[in-house]
Amino acid sequence: MSQPTEVAGPTPAQALALYERMLLIRRMEEKLSADSAAGVLPGAVHLYIGQEAVAAGVCMQLKETDWITSTHRGHGHFLGKGGDPNAMMAEIWGKKTGICKGMGGSMHVADLTKGILGANGIVGGGLAISVGAAFGEKLSGAGHVAVCFFGDGASNQGVFMECLNVSTLWKLPLVFVCEHNHFSEFTRAEQVTAGNIVDRAKAFGIHTAVVDGNDVEAVWKATGDALARARRGEGPCFIEAETYRIQGHMEFEKELLAGGAYRNQQEIDSWVARDPIARWGGKLIESGVATPAKLEEISTRVAGAVADAVSFSERSEPADPELVFDLMFAGQRP
Amino acid sequence: MARRRYTQAINDALFEEMERDPKVIVFGEDVELAIFGDTRGLLERFGPDRIRNTPICEATLTGMAVGAAAAGYRVVLHMMFSNFLYTGFDAIANQMAKLRLMTGGQLELPITIMSGYGGGRSNAAQHSDTPHSLLMNLGGLNVAVPATPADAKGLLKTAIRGRNPTFFMEASGQGGTSGEVPEGEYTTPFGKAAVVREGRDLTIVAIGTMLRPALAAAKQLEEQGISAEVIDPRTLVPLDEDTILRSVAKTGRAVVVDEGRDRASAASHIAAILADKGFATLKAPVKRVTVPNVAMPYAPNAEARVFPSEEHIAKAALSITPVAA
Repeated sequence: MSQPTEVAGPTPAQALALYERMLLIRRMEEKLSADSAAGVLPGAVHLYIGQEAVAAGVCMQLKETDWITSTHRGHGHFLGKGGDPNAMMAEIWGKKTGICKGMGGSMHVADLTKGILGANGIVGGGLAISVGAAFGEKLSGAGHVAVCFFGDGASNQGVFMECLNVSTLWKLPLVFVCEHNHFSEFTRAEQVTAGNIVDRAKAFGIHTAVVDGNDVEAVWKATGDALARARRGEGPCFIEAETYRIQGHMEFEKELLAGGAYRNQQEIDSWVARDPIARWGGKLIESGVATPAKLEEISTRVAGAVADAVSFSERSEPADPELVFDLMFAGQRP
Repeated sequence: MARRRYTQAINDALFEEMERDPKVIVFGEDVELAIFGDTRGLLERFGPDRIRNTPICEATLTGMAVGAAAAGYRVVLHMMFSNFLYTGFDAIANQMAKLRLMTGGQLELPITIMSGYGGGRSNAAQHSDTPHSLLMNLGGLNVAVPATPADAKGLLKTAIRGRNPTFFMEASGQGGTSGEVPEGEYTTPFGKAAVVREGRDLTIVAIGTMLRPALAAAKQLEEQGISAEVIDPRTLVPLDEDTILRSVAKTGRAVVVDEGRDRASAASHIAAILADKGFATLKAPVKRVTVPNVAMPYAPNAEARVFPSEEHIAKAALSITPVAA
């Protein structure tokens, strides 16, 4: 195993950009949460609130030509990698101007031009796709990498072991990012997950790191090291980022759980106290990178971006139902 | 024209397409030595970047096909036996069949999945399935069912050059069957059935492996004064409904032969189309000759009991066709 790359923390400009990106993810989703609570969104949304440091810390070090695969909780990864907030909001509202023309929705936001292979409604569905993209990049030799986001829930899918095997065997430029958010849908991780997930990756002899997923700088550094290794041709790396899903598995879940609960408020509060955005904001002020006024300015800009996304979506036409027949195949009717 | 075996024709197509386009890659279980012979020799010519053995991990292989296609490759994935598609079904059913629509048309998936199907050789139930209708039902997937060496070559070339995921269903029991293959460059279009034998009294639509017994049955019927037209759809998605309907409009009778299990089979789909769009031209019920709704047994005599044969086809034809006076 080679030496870890000396990874610098984010520069002041990058530090501020990380803050802004995390806040954009948060504010977009708070709006979606409110819309869902009002019962006006067309479909279900699975929110990423509390996990923003992982998407921002990883994606903001990627190039547009690098690939990501994401999960059903994918808004953060989409926005983290530079996906357009307007097109995401319109997609979730089922509009013609949505990033997938209203055909995919919240669980499937994708932008191929930015290397975003898409959120995925199947738990673990992105794993093998990222291996294939990494295989393609290995063959092309252009130095691009693929990053696979998945959760502790997906780590229990057999395909995870298969993907560790083949990507290690073929030394693929791939970074596995396991976001351990403590829940498999409505079930606590300890009830369904044996041992430490990182040990599954260690069994293949690849480089692994376990980081505080609510500390964007820690995520940034672990990612920088992993990306450097992958780009050097050393094969896949595995990062486990411990974080916490503040919202439920999906919005509106209380109505479905009929009074049942899988966690208590005290636990949620203890993680709200470790909020990655507030922590990073505090650190920026403490270290002199930002002033409270600077953070306020960012917050205002983000609020403007969210308002723009909402207005763009509201002004957009509904999806074109006839497109279903055009899009199913390339150059062929279904 | 040159005489080529079915697997040789497939092998020729792979050589030609890999030569033609450096973005064509082949991977799968044991593709290097190739038990069917279809991918043999490619490693020596093209090297391990473009053709390689994979671990046995179908759930990953089908997903990898999607990712590699997204990264700009034309993927040929060999899944050996069609029963192994089932262990790779998430990425087939949830990803490759759907992602073009779900991404608003952003993601094109030029993927060809090759797999051998069908029984008749005591391979027992887990190596003998004919899953055409499962694949047809998913939407977003083309299904090619070549019956002859010429079509195997031409359809495979069309699949590899195409822009959509295509299942290239190899008639695994017929790898050694020889046939005339055109010399030089050609492709066989999707959605164009072949009228393999012309006739007046009834139409036999025979899918893939069933073409051979259907032609034998037609010959047998001829001796009894019945003139059977035999149609090979060549692709099930897209399906050339027009050629089938035109033939039945002429003959008024149809037998559809499919190695799939009967319930919700490709045969029942074609029968439904005839009932829906050809009702006025039908003189008799549409008959299906298929595998009963059972798992394929091992013992040769038990397998023969349920495997569609020339006799089954002739019997079905006679049940709806008056013997000429």
